[in-house]
Amino acid sequence: MTGSIAAIGMGLAAIGAGIGVGSIGGKAMEAIARQPEALGDIRANMILTAALVEGAALIAIIVAFLVA
Amino acid sequence: MKDLQRFLVSFALIPVISLIVALPVSLVAQHTEGQHSEQPAEHVTDSTHANLGHDEHADTSHTHTCHFHHDVIEEEYDATSTAFHHISDANVYSIGSFNFPLPCILYAKGHGWDVFSSKRFDFEFYGHGEGHKAYNKYVLDEGQVKRVQDESFPSGEVTIEGYIHENVIIDGKKAMNAYVCHEGKHYKLDNQSTADGGLFGGAMTSFYDFSISKNVFSMILITALLSWAFFGIARAYKNRAMMAPKGLQSFIEPIFVFIQDEVAKPFLGKHWEKFLPLLLSFFFFILGLNLFGQIPIFGGSNVTGNLAVTAVLALIAFVVVTINGNKHYWSHMLWMPGVPAIIKIIILTPVEILGMFIKPFTLMLRLFANITAGHIVVLSFVGLIFIFGKLGTSMAGVVGGAIVSIPLTMFIMAIELLVAFIQAYVFTLLVASYIGAATEEAHHDEKH
Repeated sequence: MTGSIAAIGMGLAAIGAGIGVGSIGGKAMEAIARQPEALGDIRANMILTAALVEGAALIAIIVAFLVA
Repeated sequence: MKDLQRFLVSFALIPVISLIVALPVSLVAQHTEGQHSEQPAEHVTDSTHANLGHDEHADTSHTHTCHFHHDVIEEEYDATSTAFHHISDANVYSIGSFNFPLPCILYAKGHGWDVFSSKRFDFEFYGHGEGHKAYNKYVLDEGQVKRVQDESFPSGEVTIEGYIHENVIIDGKKAMNAYVCHEGKHYKLDNQSTADGGLFGGAMTSFYDFSISKNVFSMILITALLSWAFFGIARAYKNRAMMAPKGLQSFIEPIFVFIQDEVAKPFLGKHWEKFLPLLLSFFFFILGLNLFGQIPIFGGSNVTGNLAVTAVLALIAFVVVTINGNKHYWSHMLWMPGVPAIIKIIILTPVEILGMFIKPFTLMLRLFANITAGHIVVLSFVGLIFIFGKLGTSMAGVVGGAIVSIPLTMFIMAIELLVAFIQAYVFTLLVASYIGAATEEAHHDEKH
């Protein structure tokens, strides 16, 4: 059995970011379905928010690299 | 009918392309196999020694025999270290398996500067990029310049007998110690300089590497390419004013207009014209390097997946935001109006000041981690071939591995193409939003 606890932490962070990005994407889809004419604005904001949420997972990757 | 024909032709193209990609891979595998069959028996014991390194305890005894990469049975295919080797910087430029020399600019304390071509290390043109000669105590180990710190190692040009790598456990962390052999003696090698932040196993070193390395070379190449393209396009706009765009112009113009209308104008308000050149430079520089890193044979240089590069990009963004921050921005950062003083002191101001540094920090990590992760995933899928094929000893495994791995690799590379655009866009978008937040004028009637 090899590996480290850092990998588990990384996985947990990925779950969190996954839930976050998933709900952002889902809500954006709903918003686009409701107001297709606002597609451009919604998409830009969706990517911006997703990038911010993703930051948490990326910091987890780095910590996992450093600790592992 | 014509559509069907076109469809069939493109459908037939896919297996042909796959085969073209697969052939060199299996050739490499066979190449390795051919070498293995010529192995003298004594190296088998060497491989068992090397296996000790994989145990939990450190193996510090110098029982390994000296060897170059190509004349040893690798104890086990180590996918992780192979992937990390390929995403890290190098002092030789590899196109396919062929190595080309790059200039080395090195500085060591107490020794001074050394400027020479990495050709001096006498590495193989086809192979792993391992130098057969040392020059002024510098050696080329797997494409990377390292230095011998030992005083007894001769200066000038000397022939060396090989390298030893051993895995050791230091403070519970896996680390790699490298040794060089000269006249039967082992000399410990210093690690490379740690511009990577030591993330990839760097440590304190006795020398600084300012070389035109693989990454630097790629950066110069992309910058030259972009300048050529943009100067050409700018001239085209001058010469063909008020005419429909042509050639490269019609490829760049929509991207330019997209950044201008979707990123600069909404986020920067009336300052958009001032910061548009910066945003476009960020976008095209990152995009160009992302895409260049995706080309598998041209060294696959992982420039935007290098922490030092993204750190400098983020630093530029940080400096621009800090310099351009107006009174409104700083008052909201340091002393948010309309909030009780105690809350400001305890939580708000410290958090805002932390946030000021966390913003460029995540900017740096996001680009780095996305591009590096993409490269590692691709390399891992390619590594499947070697894992299934047991390093070329089982041809059936190689074929099976190739069948599994090539479609997966192509799929991931298609995604990475998308990621290259998205990450360049996200970086630009976030820089624009940070600058926008810093330059926004007060309009207290709308917000808060």
